[in-house]
Amino acid sequence: MAEVPSYLSPTGQEIVFLLLGAVAVGAALLVVTTRQLVHAALWLVVCFGALAGCYLVLTAEFVAWVQVLIYVGAVVALLLFGLMLTRAPIGRSADLDSGNRPVAALVALATAALLVTVVIDGFRTAYADLTPGRGAAKELGSSIFRNWVLPFEALSVLLLAALIGAIVLSRTDIRGR
Amino acid sequence: MHIVYPAVVSALLFSIGVYGVLARRNTILVLMSVELMLNAVNLNLVAFDVWLRDRLHSGQVLTLFVIVIAAAELGVGLAIVLGVYRNRRSVDLDGMRDLADPGTEPAGIPGDAAAESATTPVAAEAAARSGEAKP
Amino acid sequence: MTVTLAAAITLLPFLASAAGLLGSRWPRGAPGTPDKAAARRAAWIAILPAAVSAVLAGWLALRWWGGARDTTAGTLTIIDTGGLPISVGLEVTELSVLVGLLVTVVALAVQVYSVGYLGDDRRYPSYSAFISLFTSAMLLVIYAGDLLVLYAGWEIMGLCSYLLIGHWWEDLGNSRAAIKAFLVTRLGDVGFLFGIFVLGVGAGSFRIADVLARFPQMSTATLIVATLLLLAGVAGKSAQVPLHTWLPDAMAGPTPISALIHAATMVAAGIFMVARLFPVFEAAGPTLDVLAVLAALGMLGAALAALAQDDLKRVLAYSTISQLAYMAAALAAGDDEAAIFHLVSHGAFKALLFLCAGAVIHAVGSNLMSDMGGLRRIMPITFVTMTIGFAALVGLPPASGFFSKDAVLVAVEQASAEGPLTDAAAWLLYACALATVAVTGAYATRAWLRTFFGERRVVALPEPEPGTAHVFTAHEAPLSMRVPLVVLAVPALLFGFVGLGDMHWGTAAVSVALALLGAGITYSAWRSDPLADPARLLGPFRVPCEQAFYVDTAYHAIFVRPVLRLARVVVGTDDGVVDGAVRGSGRLTLGAAGLLRFAQNGNVQLYVSGLLAGVLLIAVGAVMFG
Repeated sequence: MAEVPSYLSPTGQEIVFLLLGAVAVGAALLVVTTRQLVHAALWLVVCFGALAGCYLVLTAEFVAWVQVLIYVGAVVALLLFGLMLTRAPIGRSADLDSGNRPVAALVALATAALLVTVVIDGFRTAYADLTPGRGAAKELGSSIFRNWVLPFEALSVLLLAALIGAIVLSRTDIRGR
Repeated sequence: MHIVYPAVVSALLFSIGVYGVLARRNTILVLMSVELMLNAVNLNLVAFDVWLRDRLHSGQVLTLFVIVIAAAELGVGLAIVLGVYRNRRSVDLDGMRDLADPGTEPAGIPGDAAAESATTPVAAEAAARSGEAKP
Repeated sequence: MTVTLAAAITLLPFLASAAGLLGSRWPRGAPGTPDKAAARRAAWIAILPAAVSAVLAGWLALRWWGGARDTTAGTLTIIDTGGLPISVGLEVTELSVLVGLLVTVVALAVQVYSVGYLGDDRRYPSYSAFISLFTSAMLLVIYAGDLLVLYAGWEIMGLCSYLLIGHWWEDLGNSRAAIKAFLVTRLGDVGFLFGIFVLGVGAGSFRIADVLARFPQMSTATLIVATLLLLAGVAGKSAQVPLHTWLPDAMAGPTPISALIHAATMVAAGIFMVARLFPVFEAAGPTLDVLAVLAALGMLGAALAALAQDDLKRVLAYSTISQLAYMAAALAAGDDEAAIFHLVSHGAFKALLFLCAGAVIHAVGSNLMSDMGGLRRIMPITFVTMTIGFAALVGLPPASGFFSKDAVLVAVEQASAEGPLTDAAAWLLYACALATVAVTGAYATRAWLRTFFGERRVVALPEPEPGTAHVFTAHEAPLSMRVPLVVLAVPALLFGFVGLGDMHWGTAAVSVALALLGAGITYSAWRSDPLADPARLLGPFRVPCEQAFYVDTAYHAIFVRPVLRLARVVVGTDDGVVDGAVRGSGRLTLGAAGLLRFAQNGNVQLYVSGLLAGVLLIAVGAVMFG
């Protein structure tokens, strides 16, 4: 491994990434702590958007756009529909957290401590040179349809199954025998 | 780019997701937390793909797959949540306790009474179970 | 041949008891009513083998003294225990021939008498079967060739005694008396069993012949320990001080049982056992001293207690203790022949006395002498036979007691001059023996006068009480009861003449004079006031004598109450600690399960929390130690 650039003199890309990362983590925290259901969904949009920015910084353009399209576009919309269909209250609700909260906080903090420790310990010296274009749609597309075509097809079957499953579960006029 | 940065961000996101899964009461919020955890994994995949310069782009391709699977999971998950809501008029996770031990409710320990009529609590539990099974 | 005869004598009553227990109630009569047919069958099943046994015992005795002393020992089998082998076998000696004859004759008399006395009883079949079993066990003791076989018979007797004393167990007092007899004799039997062990291990064999052959090689300490332990069993069975308290209470049983157990068999077993092993006892001087002191205390104390009792059977019971102490005295003085002589004559006349008392009680419906009186005209045969019995008891010539008691007194007198005893013990024994002769005369006369003379005090009871046989019938006992009386009166009167050659007329004169003195004092007291109890002569000592010197009370305070308290503590411990531990472990389990149940509360998030915490722990472990 070649010598690693100092942590004390960050590049511009790193600064941007850290800022975006901070936004993502802060938004995620708000998602899990906010007292308003709809706000949680909206903070999720912010979090996912920031993550898409992170992907861009990491030169994964195609993934970033897919993230924006599917997560920010489809998934959050789906979640909002879910909220509406379950008649989630608009505005503050006092009981969004279960009684399990202290235990959850403890476990989450322990997880964070463990993961951060291990990750810092393991990848202190890892450094990646960013070369633009590696994550372009062309490169990824050729990789998918050359090397990953079989998993891709399998995945399409999975999607179909999930589609049918969701329909069956949602419709009330289909009864099990 | 130091790989530690995306790795740490991803670890923090994952932990936040864990917290959300464990602490939130509303099932849809739990699903959101699950999405957070999945995204943490995605960030890791992308970062390590960039670092390792994988010729097959496996990291990014897997990220795409995860996104797809997450979408599918969310679809099915929401369908289940809607089904639960239809049945129970509520999507509170800690309200669904059909798996609980039925003997939890009487707080007192059946001591001497149990010694004298050993069959009674068992019969009571059996009755409680069959009673819950009926609806 | 001799041993075969002995085996037949022993086995016949045993088979009778088995047949009586299993077969006499079959075929069944109507339920609920006393089954006359069963009682009749049981009577035949019991009496026939007893009669055959008695005839065989007589034949054995005739052969023996006719000189036919072939195979005197036989072994059925040898049980190899790894250590000392146990030989199951019989052995016939002169002693066992004599006592066997006594036992079979008395048992036969008792069986015949019981038909009249208890023939209507609901439980007569089992009662007669138990008597047969009892007889068989006693014969096993007598003919046993091995100490452990002897012990087996010894214990079966204890069991039968319990069963028979508690015959009328519906009355709580009777079953208590049975339990008391059982426990007290059992206490002695523990010592007896260990005495057998010490003796058997010391001699290297349990065969009595081997023990008698080898005891000179044993150390004095072993001998003393063994004999003292055996003495505990003897004191228990033969009702000697300090284990005598069960015998008066055992009068709760039917009167024939009193005659059988307390005259001829069980109480005689202890004396018989000492006589059987007499050379061993003779070699252990201190044991004989102990025996002498116990006998001295027992004979005088029991005689004084007999003087104050109102219950006729209790008078006879205390008199039995006193007479057994005479036998023990003869043994302690080193004259086993005198002891056995008195054993046999006492067996005859005391059985006679008990059976007569039974006849009287049968007629009167009460045990108390204050309810009797003036019976000599109504019951002439009982009167005559019982007079013979009392004469023998007091030791008046020519009854058998005169000769046998004389033999005992001579032995004691000689022991005070020279013998195995220390001087103090010998003189104490001699003084007590002479004093007891006088007291015996007094209490026998009192019982005789109060039963048969004076005014009739009998009132017909409106209804027979439980435990009593009949209301007052004002005539003589039935034939089946009269015949045994007459039969037993013959040996009680005449048996003594076999000892005619060994008389010491000086001692005899002294003893007769003393007895007549005691009798005379009682008679004069009775004469002055026939309605009052001559026991009033005892003055302030009357109540202690009536209470048998408070021995029972003392035992109750010293042993019974602490044991009861200990039992209560044990019950409490069992309830609180043992059961408490069990219940506590149950509660602990439930409590711990309750803790676990908190986890099983159906909250999926908690489950996942636990899961993740576990994964984290594993990960930490893997990172730190991996």
